[in-house]
Amino acid sequence: MSVKYTEEHEWISVAGDVATVGITVHAAEQLGDVVFVDLPAVGKVVEKGKEAAVVESVKAASEVYAPIDGEIVDVNKAIVDEPSLVNSDPEGGAWFMKIRIANKSQLDGMMDAAGYATFVGK
Amino acid sequence: MSEPLHRPPRRTPLYDRHAALGARLVPFAGYEMPVQYPTGILTEHNWTRQHAGLFDVSHMGQCFIVGPDFETTAHAMESIVPADVLGLAPQQQRYSQLLAEGGGILDDLMITRAAYAGYEGWLYVVVNAARKEHDYAHIAKGLPDGVTLKPGEAMSLLALQGPEAEAVLAALAPGARDIRFMHYAALKISGMDVHVSRSGYTGEDGFELSVFDKDAGTLWDLLLQDPRVKPIGLGARDSLRLEAGLCLYGHDMDETTSPVEANLLWSISKRRRSDGGFTGATRVQNEIMGGPSRLRVGIKPEGKLPAREGSVIQNVAGRAIGKVTSGGFGPTVNGPVAMGYVDKAHAAPGTPLYLIVRDKAIAATVCKLPFVPNRFKR
Repeated sequence: MSVKYTEEHEWISVAGDVATVGITVHAAEQLGDVVFVDLPAVGKVVEKGKEAAVVESVKAASEVYAPIDGEIVDVNKAIVDEPSLVNSDPEGGAWFMKIRIANKSQLDGMMDAAGYATFVGK
Repeated sequence: MSEPLHRPPRRTPLYDRHAALGARLVPFAGYEMPVQYPTGILTEHNWTRQHAGLFDVSHMGQCFIVGPDFETTAHAMESIVPADVLGLAPQQQRYSQLLAEGGGILDDLMITRAAYAGYEGWLYVVVNAARKEHDYAHIAKGLPDGVTLKPGEAMSLLALQGPEAEAVLAALAPGARDIRFMHYAALKISGMDVHVSRSGYTGEDGFELSVFDKDAGTLWDLLLQDPRVKPIGLGARDSLRLEAGLCLYGHDMDETTSPVEANLLWSISKRRRSDGGFTGATRVQNEIMGGPSRLRVGIKPEGKLPAREGSVIQNVAGRAIGKVTSGGFGPTVNGPVAMGYVDKAHAAPGTPLYLIVRDKAIAATVCKLPFVPNRFKR
């Protein structure tokens, strides 16, 4: 199972034809304290680059974009009940959604961990 | 006079300390200011409500209105602001607004009557950072011969806010305990001259400490040595003032809103309401007589979704009746809080409303301000 990263600061972990998606540690740090998470409905068809979820910190609301086309097959209710998990474990327990991948070729060209680290300048 | 757009942001004398503390520094009102320190806005907010928070607000404008004696200076100032300035006791402070001819708010400010020997004709005035050049010109233009505006030179401003602020400051200067709410005293702290007023922008008991730039770092370090004190950024300052129901200029009031609409009539005394005689008085008096067409109110959204500035407010029939002017998550309330303007028919506490957030209508209710009870020491 490989983890890929997008320029919109999401991580994607692919197992079979299902991708688990969340936001990166860097994104969570930039957001600050997360106080609200709005997730899509299971069954919703999402499109790469379009808004799929919303995170709200004390300061501001931010969109989370679908990194790939597909159908939402599961969402993480735990982060809705406890939004601070997004700050404490963004690349682990605080995943946002699982998407059944419609077009695997969209994964090509995404960054690996080293590439993402360079991208955010760390 | 417009400012060149390329002017680099200014820094307060405490900039290096903010950077060393790991603050996230952002451009704000022409300054590079700490929006938060590494622990984050929630922790900083809660710390201020429980202990004592230290804020650098040196970007704010400090100036003096100088005349030959108190009556002359106060009388001059009363032609510019709607507050009762003549009624200020020595060392007393009052909140007011600068109004345009049409009665719209140009800024809000604090006015203090000095009681230093030889300075009886002086008022000390604090205005918002982003408005200071504008305000100074506006005030100076309205002053008669013999009364002048003198911008403060090399002056910093710190705020120490929270239930433990009194104990912290009294440990350094016992006289702090005797300062009444909305009054000041001149204190000596480790040999430094500090003008300390009992006021703030958080709804908590606390102080604002005006000090010369050369002493600002020493005072900041001294206060931070107390384990009850933590540095607090502008992010928490905003969530604290919102829960306290306090207006932010440029958001909850601007040149289109009057003090009556902004629900600030409490800051205009009976004498001043009836006698007028200040810039913008016609609109204020007309709105007192006829009632304003809209009012600033507190709004409590149901559920957890914050409604931000700009969200449209609808009545239960789905008609737009106003907009949110400040909104976010209130850490002490542990839920979303907002303020906004609604037409007068919908301004009573308990009135049900809808807030439109990302095309969804969120149920909400008009509520009394503040969201968190004030804990001023009166």
